[in-house]
Amino acid sequence: MGAGPAGIEAAAALAASGCGVVVFEKNERPLSNITDKACLFPNFESADTVAAQLLAKLSHPNISLQCGHDVSCITSAGTDPAAGWRVDDESFDAVLLATGYTTFNAKRKEELGYGIYPGVHTSLELEQMIRNKEIRNSISNLPKRIVFLQCVGSRDEKTGNHYCSKLCCVTAVKQAIEVKKLLPSVEAYVFYMDLRMWGQHYEELYRTAQQEYGVKFVRGRISEAGGTFDGRVQIKAEDTLLGLPLRMTSDLLVLMVGMESSDGTRRLSTLCDICGDYGFAQSLDPHLRDNLTPRQGLFVAGACKRPMTLTDSVVDGRSAAFAILSAADNK
Amino acid sequence: MFDLFVLPFCIGVLALLVISVVKYWLWISKFDGRQRVVVLRNMLSWKFLPAVWEAVRESLLHWRITKHNVILGYMHRSLAFGWFLLIVVGAVQAILACPDGHPFYVAIFFNYFEPRSPKVVPFAQAPLYAALMDALLLYVLSGLFLAMFKKIWSKPLGMKKTTKHNLTDRVTKAALWSIFPLRLLAEGATSANYHNGGFLVSAVGDLFTAMGFENPVFEYQLWLFYSLALGIFFSLMPFSRYMHIFTEVFLIYFRNLGVTEGHKKTGYSMFEMSACSRCGICIDNCPINRELDISNIQGVYLLQTVRNKDLWHRAEAIANNCMVCGRCSEECPVGVDLATIRRQVRTESNRSVDNPHGYGYLAKVHPFNAIGRVAYFGGCMSRLTPGITEAMEKIFQAAGQPYWYVDKEQSICCGRPLLQQGFIRQADSLRRKNQEMFAQSGATLLVTSCPICYQSFVKEYNLNIPVMHHTEYIKSLIADGRIKVSKGAQSVTYHDPCELGRGCGIYEPPRTVLKSVATLLPIKEEAGKSLCCGFNLGNTTLGVEQQALIRNAALDNLLAPSPDVVATACPMCKKAFARADRAPVMDVAELVAKQLV
Repeated sequence: MGAGPAGIEAAAALAASGCGVVVFEKNERPLSNITDKACLFPNFESADTVAAQLLAKLSHPNISLQCGHDVSCITSAGTDPAAGWRVDDESFDAVLLATGYTTFNAKRKEELGYGIYPGVHTSLELEQMIRNKEIRNSISNLPKRIVFLQCVGSRDEKTGNHYCSKLCCVTAVKQAIEVKKLLPSVEAYVFYMDLRMWGQHYEELYRTAQQEYGVKFVRGRISEAGGTFDGRVQIKAEDTLLGLPLRMTSDLLVLMVGMESSDGTRRLSTLCDICGDYGFAQSLDPHLRDNLTPRQGLFVAGACKRPMTLTDSVVDGRSAAFAILSAADNK
Repeated sequence: MFDLFVLPFCIGVLALLVISVVKYWLWISKFDGRQRVVVLRNMLSWKFLPAVWEAVRESLLHWRITKHNVILGYMHRSLAFGWFLLIVVGAVQAILACPDGHPFYVAIFFNYFEPRSPKVVPFAQAPLYAALMDALLLYVLSGLFLAMFKKIWSKPLGMKKTTKHNLTDRVTKAALWSIFPLRLLAEGATSANYHNGGFLVSAVGDLFTAMGFENPVFEYQLWLFYSLALGIFFSLMPFSRYMHIFTEVFLIYFRNLGVTEGHKKTGYSMFEMSACSRCGICIDNCPINRELDISNIQGVYLLQTVRNKDLWHRAEAIANNCMVCGRCSEECPVGVDLATIRRQVRTESNRSVDNPHGYGYLAKVHPFNAIGRVAYFGGCMSRLTPGITEAMEKIFQAAGQPYWYVDKEQSICCGRPLLQQGFIRQADSLRRKNQEMFAQSGATLLVTSCPICYQSFVKEYNLNIPVMHHTEYIKSLIADGRIKVSKGAQSVTYHDPCELGRGCGIYEPPRTVLKSVATLLPIKEEAGKSLCCGFNLGNTTLGVEQQALIRNAALDNLLAPSPDVVATACPMCKKAFARADRAPVMDVAELVAKQLV
């Protein structure tokens, strides 16, 4: 289920081992969460290139891709747990859930003005602007200042999402650098709680952003955003390192929206009885059986389990393929 | 006309009288200056009349409880009104039967003295009175039967959870419950010996005879037990929940005179607390009980712990765990001002937390000039819901109304959130500054978007200009034809914010406005019975997950008729519902701004 990085990588690995694989994809095209990006952190590789390489893997003769197919029914084929599964009237020996994530709906944090003030955008909308190489403020002029706000809908008790979405920190660093590359005169500020530069080269990227691109990082959250008469955004925040409240007017406010379980993940994991915290699918355990579920023949991979980067998802898809093959051997 | 067995009763009555008089006298002497002035000024006014009517209606007939549940109302009425009539008719009967006068206890033990004392003479309507007394006893016994039934299974009487009583209350209740059966048995035994009494008593007498008790010898013991039960009940009454029986009458009187609770616990608070009958109706309706199954913090337990000095440590925890949504007071049969008593406890427990330098910034907030304009106060919470303030600005502009957005740049809180947590002094300093600024501004009207501020301006402030919540204001704009709106295709359900609805009684204006811009769908629990959104500022102890459970219950209620949009009139409620992400949530002002033509 799901033709994202995890689903495609697993399908390719299984097909190479001689299995027949059907990939169900809800959208008309696969990899919708990759093809909407410009470049990927940390090496600024083009997202389209990576997507093309992944798509090429689907051309294996053993793989049949069914796009635009929103699965409505997953059930065990019989009372015997080894009997396999039925998905919308087709029978399978194993089912892999790789239904992925969606981004947090920023309108749920009304105080940040998304959907109310034209200068407030989500990180996905900025990514689109970067992709089009056309960054404009709300009155179509070149922006002079851009403010990024981290942790919108992640690590936020009030919205009920206590978890860290893991990749927004480095995404903001990446986007700030891209914006500075496109518009060297723009002032870029990133408001953060902590910067979690956990991956390879992330810390270096953060340093580069400060040293080479002059991106300014402010520790503190933005409490509210308001509009100005000229279509810009006025923010109120606190610099918690200085211990001072501050106000700032910016052309654009970019909300780094966190990852949430996608509708498909919620629906199908509930249907299969493996829905865990925050609507993500739950594996047997996070260490040694992370692709297995309590139900025989049902496997999980990728960001339907928790926030994951592209790299993590691809590795997890491959590991799920290995788990499926081992289970088949044991049977 | 005397026998030793009447002594327990007489001692009980004497104890009750002395203790009650001392207690009431002490409480009245502890009224604060304001309350004393109100009592003295209104003591002899016509306000006495509604008090009498309310006392009859509530203390005897129990109307409010009947509205809650008919059977529960019958139970309370039969015990209160039935017993009251038993005493009154018994007294008349004794007066008619003893033309030469009689000691007061004869009315209570009439059937014992009637065949024995020569001073009791037969009178014309004697059999009628005997029958009437028996009918009344039967009435009381029917209530007692229901009370016993309620103890086993309370649901048919409209109560899911009942109060857990302390030892004194339980002993007193046992004494109360044994009074009437003992009276029936004692009178029955006398009837078996002397063939007096009405239909019920003589039937019991006949039964004794039929069972082989010719001239029952235990007659005297039964009368003694009856007297003992009365004596125990009366002497324990001032120390138990049954103190409410008399106290409620006093409370109703004072309340009708215009006495209200103040910031601190006074003698009037003692009347309020003792007027609580610990019926426990507040438990079932509390959202914290309904959704979180926490059933030890409701009004009944708050009053119990505040009244008892030894339980003060529990009172603080109980007082803090409440959203002050007012759902309990809505159906409280006594009408105790639970919210203010909670605040008194919070004030008391927060006394040590005091920061005199915390409000230094007030000096830097400058007055504003709004001569001839409407002052618009969005409120702190509306700053977190800019959709509402934007909509209001649009509406002011559409109406061509010059306005001044008071807290757009620099704002001072209205003070109510502090007040709700019991920080009286701090709230005062904010209120004084705001009041001074409004007075200097020259504004003609104050419109606010936040029901919390609205309640504060209406109840805590003394402003020289009218105050309106934006729903009232929009309603008047539409009625005066100053803005024109079209009716959209959307269907909405309306959530009554606690502070606006139960807090200020504003139920109709938002509904009128909504009906002009959308189709308003009815929901199951609305208006006075609406459910709290869970994120009320009143509570600082519940966790976000717990608040979310309360919110989800309110949302279930709102989403039951599948509306397109959930409408509300409070930024707090809007945020609470929007976070759940289950349906679009809009303020009344936003819906209107969208439908402006």
